[in-house]
Amino acid sequence: MTQVSMTVNGKPVSGEVEGRTLLADYLREDLRLTGTHIGCDTSQCGACVVHVNGKAVKACTMFAAEAEGAEVTTIEGMANPDGSLNTIQQAFQDHHGLQCGFCTPGMVMSAAALLEENPKPTEAEIRDYLEGNICRCTGYHNIVKAIMAASGQDVSAIAAE
Amino acid sequence: MSVHKPSPHDAAALHVTGQARYVDDIPLPGNAVHLAFGLSSIARGRITAMALDKVRQAPGVIAVLTAADLPGANDVSPSIHDEPLLSDGDVHYAGQPLFLVVADSHLAARKAARLGEVTYEEEPPVLTIEDALEKDWRFEDGPRIYTKGDVDAALAAAPHRLSGRIEMGGQEHFYLEGQAALALPQEGGDMVVHSSTQHPTEIQHKVADALNMPMHAVRVETRRMGGGFGGKESQGNALAVACAVAAQLTGRPAKMRYDRDDDMTITGKRHDFRIDYTVGHDAEGRILAVDFTQYTRCGWAQDLSLPVADRAMLHADNAYLLPNARITSHRLRTNMASATAFRGFGGPQGMVGIERVMDHLAHDLGIDPVELRRRNYYRAAPLAETGKPETTPPTPGNKLDPGDVASRGATQVSSGLGAAKRFGGEFSPAQPAEDSNTTPYHMEVTDFILHEMTDSLLERADYASRKAAITEWNASNDRLKKGIAFSPVKFGISFTLTHLNQAGALVHVYQDGSVHMNHGGTEMGQGLFQKVAQVAASRFGLPLDAIKITATDTGKVPNTSATAASSGSDLNGMAVKAACDTIRDRMAECLAELHQVQPAEVVFAEGEVRVGTEVMPFARAAQIAYENRVSLSATGFYKTPEVAWDRIAGKGRPFFYFAYGAAITEVVIDTLTGENRILRTDILHDAGASLNPALDIRQVEGGYVQGAGWLTTEELWWDDAGHLRTHAPSTYKIPACSDRPDIFNVALWEGENRAETIYRSKAVGEPPFMLGISAHLALSDACAACGPAFPDLQAPATAEEVLRAVKRAQA
Repeated sequence: MTQVSMTVNGKPVSGEVEGRTLLADYLREDLRLTGTHIGCDTSQCGACVVHVNGKAVKACTMFAAEAEGAEVTTIEGMANPDGSLNTIQQAFQDHHGLQCGFCTPGMVMSAAALLEENPKPTEAEIRDYLEGNICRCTGYHNIVKAIMAASGQDVSAIAAE
Repeated sequence: MSVHKPSPHDAAALHVTGQARYVDDIPLPGNAVHLAFGLSSIARGRITAMALDKVRQAPGVIAVLTAADLPGANDVSPSIHDEPLLSDGDVHYAGQPLFLVVADSHLAARKAARLGEVTYEEEPPVLTIEDALEKDWRFEDGPRIYTKGDVDAALAAAPHRLSGRIEMGGQEHFYLEGQAALALPQEGGDMVVHSSTQHPTEIQHKVADALNMPMHAVRVETRRMGGGFGGKESQGNALAVACAVAAQLTGRPAKMRYDRDDDMTITGKRHDFRIDYTVGHDAEGRILAVDFTQYTRCGWAQDLSLPVADRAMLHADNAYLLPNARITSHRLRTNMASATAFRGFGGPQGMVGIERVMDHLAHDLGIDPVELRRRNYYRAAPLAETGKPETTPPTPGNKLDPGDVASRGATQVSSGLGAAKRFGGEFSPAQPAEDSNTTPYHMEVTDFILHEMTDSLLERADYASRKAAITEWNASNDRLKKGIAFSPVKFGISFTLTHLNQAGALVHVYQDGSVHMNHGGTEMGQGLFQKVAQVAASRFGLPLDAIKITATDTGKVPNTSATAASSGSDLNGMAVKAACDTIRDRMAECLAELHQVQPAEVVFAEGEVRVGTEVMPFARAAQIAYENRVSLSATGFYKTPEVAWDRIAGKGRPFFYFAYGAAITEVVIDTLTGENRILRTDILHDAGASLNPALDIRQVEGGYVQGAGWLTTEELWWDDAGHLRTHAPSTYKIPACSDRPDIFNVALWEGENRAETIYRSKAVGEPPFMLGISAHLALSDACAACGPAFPDLQAPATAEEVLRAVKRAQA
């Protein structure tokens, strides 16, 4: 067992983990932050994306011990301090960027990382960036639209309502 | 009114903050156990020895169960009890569960499950259509055949004939949330099960049988699924039963979730199909007769294969009036995972057959494929009052196995013989004249609107000039070729097992005016809960947030049908409406008496209740009713009227109505590599008077992309030993964000359902899936631009298949 300490959603946490414990499992099982979803177990679907030191990471592709000392943000830490939805979350709701919702936390986390790097992405850049996030319900149309809207761009031409 | 408005998904705020709970997210008591199956490594044979000592000794393992250890029925089949939870000694496919590991963690259970040492007496697996036909491995007694007219005579008399074959692959559901269940033991042996299922009643029934208990001892709750698509209609049975058995054995909560690879290996997929066709036609491309032979590989167990294959037959016509038609359906047993329900339920496969015929004909005759399709459309039906049939529709007389009446798999036990006679007897519906607007199963089409929809879509999508531009573009480009195609959808709405077309609801109004709503439908992302809540809000004249949506629960609404066949809103919307109206009428009666007015003068609107001249908040009205000892709780019930048919004879009215849609897709292919992409898609879809246009459009978009995925990139591949080699997203490619069309215009048809459905809306879950057929046809069109021959594009049209089709066109 290994002792780990990190900051998750602004709060310091620490605990004992096996060396092989994945960050995704640590977040879900030990910290009960179940918004980080496990969709494929093999780092392909993107449902478990979190931010580690500001970078988007698939939490099932990293050991908890590797996050020692890191600043980790999960979907539970994304809302505004007063609990209201942040711009990206609000845009996913307003523009219907979700159906079953299972991929949504990962999509929101990836979108946030994208907008950090590229505050006004083109539609093509969004699609390219989301290549590692799979959605089976929506056909992606409104996910792209929500991210465009969250970046403050006009989305009226993207789709009929 | 709350209906017809584009409200967001009911749980949107929970989803974007990570608070929405799926089964695997439910907090567990500390002593919970976790389960994993040990799987067969061969596709067919008999177990000669199973050494499980190493499994039992593995760290964290609490128990290991084989078939002999099960307390009740070793059965998770939704149809003919041919699907044991754990192998009874025979192995029918690679990946079949043989034993069950109970351990103190998910990982410990999975690791231990790998340690089983199983020896087999192996037999060569039956994997291909040819093998299964040769061995006569099939479900039901030989092929099912539906006939209209005299096909042989009409084919012989036709001036032209055309034959061909199309093969189409199956499809993995790839719900993002894998299968999962959790069982919590209760006092007295009762069991509460949380299951990611489209069919809580089926879970309840299978768990009860497995525990040797009546259904009342089992309560199943489903708040939501992370996607279902048909893959959670019957495939969750095994996990729920395993959890219940383990929970009963250990007295501890038991949870199971399949790892993605296990999920793809163990669970069934969409049925793959081969369709052979012979068509008799005139020089203008009008079909005079068609003879389809459909072959489908059902896998090892029957599951829902019979109604799936039936629905493929029932959609062999799609939108076209076929004067003479014969559809022969072979439901073949093979040593593969048992194919199951998947959005469209056979309809897409049947439809691909006739759409291929249309394209083949258009290519041979040099007629524009849209024009050729329109020449064969059903006739537009005049808007007429569709009266009730004069005689009582025949009651379903099929003798059903009482064990499985709530499953679509139950159709198999129809005797078939006596039932067919009903349509020649005194209760027969009037038989339409031979030249009338009837389907190959003799149902009159009375709501056909594709003529107008086609006009509208061609104009919106600027089809004619784009088609001309593509022809010109192709003439000056050698390496890249573009293609464009149109395809219509006419999809029958109702469960084809007629008695499943029923639903229940339970509604409470509390003293503070808040409303608790429950019904038998399940939420898998489609937006059913919100649409039905909009109905409830409208009936009470309340804002949407006054309605509490609650998890589907077999203890609240019993004997529910699966949320399937696109029927969720139609059935549950009506049931909730009935419950709300009962309470509303009781309140109105009470208030009317108190105020000395007629009940009709009590109006519920905008959160208020108007009683004659007095206006009060709804909450006050609820309080008054309570104080006057009026029951503010009611059940609601609905059954779809007018449906009745004979599935053996292929005659009658299986569907209450049809939902329509049309799509135009433009693609480009690289003729040297077969790589391809969708450039633009235009869709016009009929959701009747949509309960929620935003949610319905999302169903259309997602359905189209999923349908296009099925026919393009999604390829299931088994090796010669019967192992599925595409069992993870690394090898099985569902559409990604960049695969969706660059330009994607989706609109709903302005209209209302001619049938009396909830607020005249139409079902929208499955029909748009088949709009994706236009992507396959567009790829075929691009391949056809490479040479004179018909490209004979098969499905899925992977890059490799596109390349082969280009070569065929050039030949």
